[in-house]
Amino acid sequence: MPFIPHTKDDISAMLETIGANNIKDLFDEIPADLQVPPQQEIPEGLNELQITRLMQQRAKQDHHSGCFIGAGAYEHHIPAAVWDIASRGEFLTAYTPYQAEASQGTLQLLYEYQTMMASLMGMEVSNASLYDGASALAEAILMAIRSLPKSHPSKTILVAGSLHPHYRQTAEAIVTAQGIKLIEVPFDTKTGTITINSLEAHKSLQAAALVIQQPNFFGQIEEVDRLTDWAHANNLFVIAVVNPIAATLFKEPGSWGEKGADIACGEGQPLGIPLASGGPYFGFMCTRMSLVRQMPGRIIGRTVDVDNKPGFTLTLQAREQHIRRAKATSNICTNQGLAVTAATIFMSLLGENGLQNMALASYQNTQALIKIVSAIAHVHVLYEGNHFHEFVLHLPVKASAVIEEMAKQGIQAGYDLGQTFPALANALLICVTETKTEEDLQQYGKALQAALQTLGKRNGEKNHAAVTA
Amino acid sequence: MLIFELSQPNRHANALQVQAPTAAALGLPKHTLRQTKTKLPAASELDVVRHYTRLSQKNFSIDTHFYPLGSCTMKYNPRAAHRLASLPDFLARHPMAPIVHSQGFLQSMYELQDILKAVTGMKGVSLTPMAGAQGEFAGVAMIRAYHLDRGDTQRTEIIVPDAAHGTNPATAVMCGFTVKEIPTNKNGDIDLDVLKAAVGPQTAGIMLTNPSTLGVFERKIQEVARIVHEAGGLLYYDGANLNAILGHVRPGDMGFDVLHMNLHKTFATTHGGGGPGAGPVAVSQRLVPYLPTPMVGYENNQYRWLTEKDCPKTIGRLSTFMGNAGILLRAHIYARMLGREGMRRVSEFATLNANYLMTKLKQAGFDLAYPTRRASHEFIVTMQKQNKELGISAMDIAKRLLDYGMHAPTTYFPLLVPECLLIEPTETESKATLDAFAAAMISILSEAETCPEKLHDAPLTRPVRRLDDVKAAKELDLVWKGE
Repeated sequence: MPFIPHTKDDISAMLETIGANNIKDLFDEIPADLQVPPQQEIPEGLNELQITRLMQQRAKQDHHSGCFIGAGAYEHHIPAAVWDIASRGEFLTAYTPYQAEASQGTLQLLYEYQTMMASLMGMEVSNASLYDGASALAEAILMAIRSLPKSHPSKTILVAGSLHPHYRQTAEAIVTAQGIKLIEVPFDTKTGTITINSLEAHKSLQAAALVIQQPNFFGQIEEVDRLTDWAHANNLFVIAVVNPIAATLFKEPGSWGEKGADIACGEGQPLGIPLASGGPYFGFMCTRMSLVRQMPGRIIGRTVDVDNKPGFTLTLQAREQHIRRAKATSNICTNQGLAVTAATIFMSLLGENGLQNMALASYQNTQALIKIVSAIAHVHVLYEGNHFHEFVLHLPVKASAVIEEMAKQGIQAGYDLGQTFPALANALLICVTETKTEEDLQQYGKALQAALQTLGKRNGEKNHAAVTA
Repeated sequence: MLIFELSQPNRHANALQVQAPTAAALGLPKHTLRQTKTKLPAASELDVVRHYTRLSQKNFSIDTHFYPLGSCTMKYNPRAAHRLASLPDFLARHPMAPIVHSQGFLQSMYELQDILKAVTGMKGVSLTPMAGAQGEFAGVAMIRAYHLDRGDTQRTEIIVPDAAHGTNPATAVMCGFTVKEIPTNKNGDIDLDVLKAAVGPQTAGIMLTNPSTLGVFERKIQEVARIVHEAGGLLYYDGANLNAILGHVRPGDMGFDVLHMNLHKTFATTHGGGGPGAGPVAVSQRLVPYLPTPMVGYENNQYRWLTEKDCPKTIGRLSTFMGNAGILLRAHIYARMLGREGMRRVSEFATLNANYLMTKLKQAGFDLAYPTRRASHEFIVTMQKQNKELGISAMDIAKRLLDYGMHAPTTYFPLLVPECLLIEPTETESKATLDAFAAAMISILSEAETCPEKLHDAPLTRPVRRLDDVKAAKELDLVWKGE
C-alpha cells in the first residue's frame, strides 16, 4: 500500500489490542448515512514510474526558450548549493519551530535571515516572512492602520497608481472587510511615476499611509526621497514595496527622505526562489523597532537557556492568533520557512557584492535590449526617466498579439499591460536579468521584428479586405 | 556561531557571481543609489554549505524523527512529489507565461480542483489560498459576500466553539465579524441547546472542525447543520483534521457550505520548517460565484485561467499569482499516486494508528481526555493527575520525549483540556514506531515517580536546554548587532 507500512499481522495485532474486529468498526461513531463509497471521479492510483512519466510529459509541454516576463517574478541564476541544502530533509520536513530545543537549526537560520533582510532594507527589524509580496502589502496596510495614534484614526490608504495591479487587488480583497479604503494616486503618463502634484490633490483625505513601489510596476525609479518627505510632512506612514535585489543598488527604504520609510515589504522571490508558476515565494516585512509589536507574523529572538548558553526562540508570541485568538494582530499562522531557508543560503553565498553585481548586470542587459529594440521601426520606449531591469515598450499593434506571435517561436515576450491598464493595450512590459546573453537579446530583437512584420501584413490584408468589400 | 562571524572582508564567492561595470560606469544617477553597506556575509561557498548543513542537523524533522504533533498531520512526505514538482520546465515556468506554454501545469491544477471537489463532496474549488489561515479567510469572506449579495446586512456574528483553532476567531475578526464562543459538553460534542439559543438573524455562520480539535467526531453534525441553516447561517469546515475522514466521509454531505484543506497536512506536502503550505477552498453551489481568483477552466481543448472577468462576484485575488503553485503541484502528484482507493486508506490507517496508540497508553496508566470515545486520527492525554500528585507538567513530558529521540506531541492545545498532550501518529508510521513511542511514554512516567528532576531538567541531550522566553520577549534581540 502506498506509504502505509502495516503488515497483515500488524493490522490484526493492533485490532486485537483495540478490541475491534476490523478497521470499519473504528468509524462506528460516525453516522452510517454519512459514510460514502469510493469517489469514482478520482482516478486510480499510479506507481512512481507511471507518475514520473506523466509529470515529465506535462513539464515538457511547458518548455520555452527564453522568458522576458517580469511583472513581479524575476528569473535569476540560483547557485546549485541553495536548493541542495534547502532540500535536506531536516529543513524540508520539519514543522514550525514551537519546540525550540528540537528546532535550533531553523530558528538560528531565521534569526540570520531577519538580520540580512533588515540590513538589506536599512530597517531595524524584520519578521520571519509572510506568504508573498502582495499579501505582505495587505498586512503592512493593516499594520499601519493599527499603529496610528488613537487620537488620529484613519481608514484611508493612498496607493501609487504605479503599484503592481495584483498587489492592489490583493490588498483590496484582504482589507476592505475592515472598512479600509484604498485610494489610487494616478501616475504621470510621461514618466510612469507618481508626482508630488498628484499627491497634493489627495492631501485633504488625511490618509494613514502612502504605498510606494520601488522600482515601480513599470520598472521605473520613483522619486522616493521627495515622496517620503511629503508623506511624513502630512503625517502619513510610508509603506515601501521593494525588490530586494534592486535594494542593493538603489537607495534602501530606511534611507528614503529625511526619516526613511516606516514599513518595507515586498516579494522575496528574486532571492533564490525559482519562477515555478508563481509560488511558493515569500513576502518580507521590515519596520522600525518602535512598531515591532504591531508587526504580524513570526519573529525569532536570541536568548539564553538555563545554562546561560545562547539559543533562539519564537518571541513576541502574544501578538499571534494561537495566544490572542480574536484579538491577534493577524490570523496568519505559517510563514514560508522553506523559501526563506533558500533565500538565506542564497544571500550568504552571493553576499552584498554578488547581489549588487546581479542587479548591475541586469540593468546593463536591459540597456542593451533597449538599444536593440529601439532600432525597430514604429516602436519606442514609453516612459522617460530611470528604470531598473524592466521597461515599457510601445508597439504599433496590440501587445497581446505580439506575445502570441513570439510565443510560437518559444519566446515569452513580456507582460501585456493592456490586461490591467486599458489605455496601455499597445504597451509591453519587458524584463531582462543577468541570465540573458548578447545572443539571447539579438534573438529577441529578431523575433520581435518578425512578429511585427507578420502582424502588420495580416492587418494590411484585413484592411485591404475591408476596403475591397 | 552565526554566518556573519564566518565573514571575511573582501572575500567573495566568485564562482557564483556575474561581473558587471559599476553604477557610475553605467550612468545611473547618484541620488538614486544606495550609499550604505549591508550586513550580508562575505563567506566562501564551502563555509556556507557547511554552516547550513550543520544547522539543519540541529532540527527534528519527519525524515529523522517520529513527529506525533497533534493537529499537524506530520506524515511522510513522498520524495517523488518533491522531485517531480521540481522538474526544470516546471521551475522555469513564469506565472504569467503564455497559455501555450502552460498546458502541462494548468492541466495538473484542473485535475487537482476536480479531485478535491470529489473528495470533499463540494461543487467548486479554488486553489489559490496560500495557507490554512488564508483559506479560512477566503471562506469567511465568501460567507460575508453571500449575505451582502442577498442584501442581508444584519448578519454580523460568527459562532466558534471554544475548542477551535486560534485562527478561527482571528479570521472572523479579519473579515469584519464579531465572534460568539459556544461551549463543548463533557463528551466533546457541541451543546445543541446552547447552539439553538446562540443562532439568530445576526448569525452569519459557524466555524467547525470535524473531527473536532478534541480528537472526536461531532456525532450530531447533521443536527448542527440544520439548526444553523434554519437560522439563515452558513457552515464553515476547518479542514485541519480532514486526514481522519479522507475518502470516507465528505464535508459536503455533512451539510457544510465551505471548507479549506491544509494540503501540507492531508496531502503530504512538506512543512518546510513552518511553511509554505497551501489552503485551497471548496464550496457548495451557493458559494461558487464568490470563489477567489484565479482558477483554472477548460474549454475548446485548452486549459485557461479564470479571472475576475469570468467570475464577476469573486471575493478577489489573495496572492500576486496563483498562490503556492509548487505546493499544489506536489499535492496533485501525491493525490494521483494515492488514487481513489489509496485516499480511503489514509483515513483508515490514520484512525487505526491513533486508536492503537490510545489503547496502549490507556493500558499503561495514562488518562484520556475522552475515555469513552473512539479516537479519530488523534487523541488527547491529560497529565492533570500527575501534575497534582507528582508536580509533572505536560511540558515536562514533551521536553523529556526529545531526549528519547521523538518529537513532542502538541501541548496545551486544545485550551479547554488541562495539561494536555494532543497525539497524532498519522498513517505512515509502523506499529514498531508506535510501540517505541508507547515504551518511551511508559519509561518517562516511571521517571516521573522515581526521579522527577529528569523531567524538570529535560531536555538534556539537545543543542540547548530550556530557553528563557521571558528574556527573549523583554530584551528583544531580533537582529545581529555585531560589526
